[in-house]
Amino acid sequence: MSVVNVKFAGLGGTGVIKASDVMAELVFEQGYDVKKAEVHGMSQRGGSIASDVRFAKGEEVQSPMIPTGEADYLVVFDETQVVVNEAFLKQGGVLLTPADIDVSKLENVKALNVAMLGKLSKHFDFTVDQWTVALNKLFAEKFHEGNKKAFMLGREG
Amino acid sequence: MPAFDPNAKKMLISGNEAISLSMRHCNVQFAAGYPGTPSTEILEDYSELGGYAQWAPNEKVAAEVALGAAFGHARSVVTMKMVGLNVASDVLYTATYTGVDGGMVWIVADDPGQGSSQNEQDTRNHAKASVCPMFEPSNSQEAYDFFRIAMQTSEKFKIPVILRMTTRVDHSKSIVVPKEELPAMVPNFERNIAQHVMVPGFSKPAGRKLRAKMDEMEAWNVAEGPNKVEMRSADMGIITSGISYHHVREAAPEASILKLGMTYPLPMQLIKDFAGKFEGKRLLVIEENDPWLAENIKAAGIQCESKYDPIFRFGELDVNRVRRIIAGDKNPDPVPVKGKPPMLCPGCPHRSSFAVLKELDCIVSGDIGCYTLAALPPISAMDYMIDMGAAIGMGIGLRNVLPREQAKKVVSVIGDSTFVHSGITGLVEAGYNRPDTGHVVIILDNSITAMTGQQEHPGTGRHLDHSPAYKLDYGAIAKTAGFDNVYEVNQVKEPEKFKELVKEALEKDELTLIVAKSPCILALKSILAWDKANKEKAEKALAESEAAAKKNGNF
Repeated sequence: MSVVNVKFAGLGGTGVIKASDVMAELVFEQGYDVKKAEVHGMSQRGGSIASDVRFAKGEEVQSPMIPTGEADYLVVFDETQVVVNEAFLKQGGVLLTPADIDVSKLENVKALNVAMLGKLSKHFDFTVDQWTVALNKLFAEKFHEGNKKAFMLGREG
Repeated sequence: MPAFDPNAKKMLISGNEAISLSMRHCNVQFAAGYPGTPSTEILEDYSELGGYAQWAPNEKVAAEVALGAAFGHARSVVTMKMVGLNVASDVLYTATYTGVDGGMVWIVADDPGQGSSQNEQDTRNHAKASVCPMFEPSNSQEAYDFFRIAMQTSEKFKIPVILRMTTRVDHSKSIVVPKEELPAMVPNFERNIAQHVMVPGFSKPAGRKLRAKMDEMEAWNVAEGPNKVEMRSADMGIITSGISYHHVREAAPEASILKLGMTYPLPMQLIKDFAGKFEGKRLLVIEENDPWLAENIKAAGIQCESKYDPIFRFGELDVNRVRRIIAGDKNPDPVPVKGKPPMLCPGCPHRSSFAVLKELDCIVSGDIGCYTLAALPPISAMDYMIDMGAAIGMGIGLRNVLPREQAKKVVSVIGDSTFVHSGITGLVEAGYNRPDTGHVVIILDNSITAMTGQQEHPGTGRHLDHSPAYKLDYGAIAKTAGFDNVYEVNQVKEPEKFKELVKEALEKDELTLIVAKSPCILALKSILAWDKANKEKAEKALAESEAAAKKNGNF
């Protein structure tokens, strides 16, 4: 297989880094080579933020950054950031935005990133259990149950 | 606890995390630094892994304490971002002359593309100018491995060594397989005055010895350095280092590559041998920022192509840009859609401060921190910003030359951590070379180093690990320096009082320090928790010692 490219984007504080950490952790645990890139610093002051996850089996991932026009998936947590990042999406790539989720059913709006991961999960063969293990590893225990609900809302909604 | 399991056999971690783990596995005994993106997390992670680390007032002091530790036969580390090396360079340029008795690694993080920096300087120039050996990792595994090689090289050749990082390597995650621990060194004092005291009589021969050492290290680098020759196509060879290596592998999978892991002193014979394989074919040098490798390689008489600098010396490289370099594309970069710029947080105390300065139409000599965002619209209330601590000196210079009615409007504005870093000598200057109109200095004291992600400093009263420490008194420093007036005010709770204080200070021809004290709203919760934990710990210790005294009948 070739390298799979997933780009997460949003504004500072929308859970972009966390979501990319979950995706990276999931594929790492499944034995893929993986690289993850992100931007720190000024970005935490509410500005645009993006994080790239690239993974492959049987070959090495080289650059940690997804080249323009090569993202297989673009997962955006804030609608305003679609236009900022859409040049990264390859032709025929999958764009996921909050409009794909019934946000009114989210018990905690902060869990939107987890719901988006649920939506994204439908495009891969990883099991719900595998996703749950990765989610639980990256979130404190008090969020586990709420995350499971948010994830399933995205996955089944 | 660190964000990863340090005992795992294989882990997915950032370059900075990999360095912190390697520091532990190398049994580093002493680490110091000053926070600066993208280097900050190294010492925090190292401390969380159980290592001893401390924040210094600035990079120069951090380098000096780490050098002292290395003189004492310890393994030491100093961390900083690249502009921090300007502050600490005075230490480096002579520490290479003395060398070290233990081991010392300078971790210096460059920021190509200026994600969070005031310039785009390239640390490789400092390495060459200071005659300091340098390694450049390209991913987390190499960050882990090269830290160890850098430390071992430092010990073997008795010289400080730079580990040059870049933002992408610091902050990207990739897989690391750790190695076994190195046995610890045993700190010990050994008198050797000619080695450690750089008066001309000792430093002249030391300078010559240093150059001879570089010849020896270059031979070592050719024979044993962490460089890789990957032969593929016979038609195109690429010389590269650091993160650029991975971009090159992806952009030109067919190209042969000489990947340099140790870039000072350069392994020139290795480069010549590689170049010799591409005579009459293409030999390219691909590197970020300055054409540093290319210039040194060309100066050694080796013909090679380098990137088109009017475009590609600026910003980070990526796969697309490397493709364009190889294709000889000299067109300007495509302009990306602009994202949302960072802003001062809602409720940030800096908003209150700059609202007043704007209202009073001040000429603001500013400094480095979150508050620099006040220079941007819609606030647009900062007129100058250059480097850490410059607010005060620049303000005094302006006050000295401007016509009186303008000079009276000049205010120096500086954050608490930045004030401790390099603002104190500015106060001394104000007292010593007092402008006729006096001056007004405002410390925006949000009680934390906010910009880099909430680090402690000597003014917070807590150490790097948040344990209690002596707390610096800014007002006392100002008084000692010759300031006439010192005020403290919470500009968020009492904006009118703050405004009146600034207004009055501007009217007087005196030296006034106003400490505008209101905590960073992002850090407030943590600050309260750290102080509470420290208080409880102190109370518990007191109760225990009282109980012990009672038991022993000494009460």
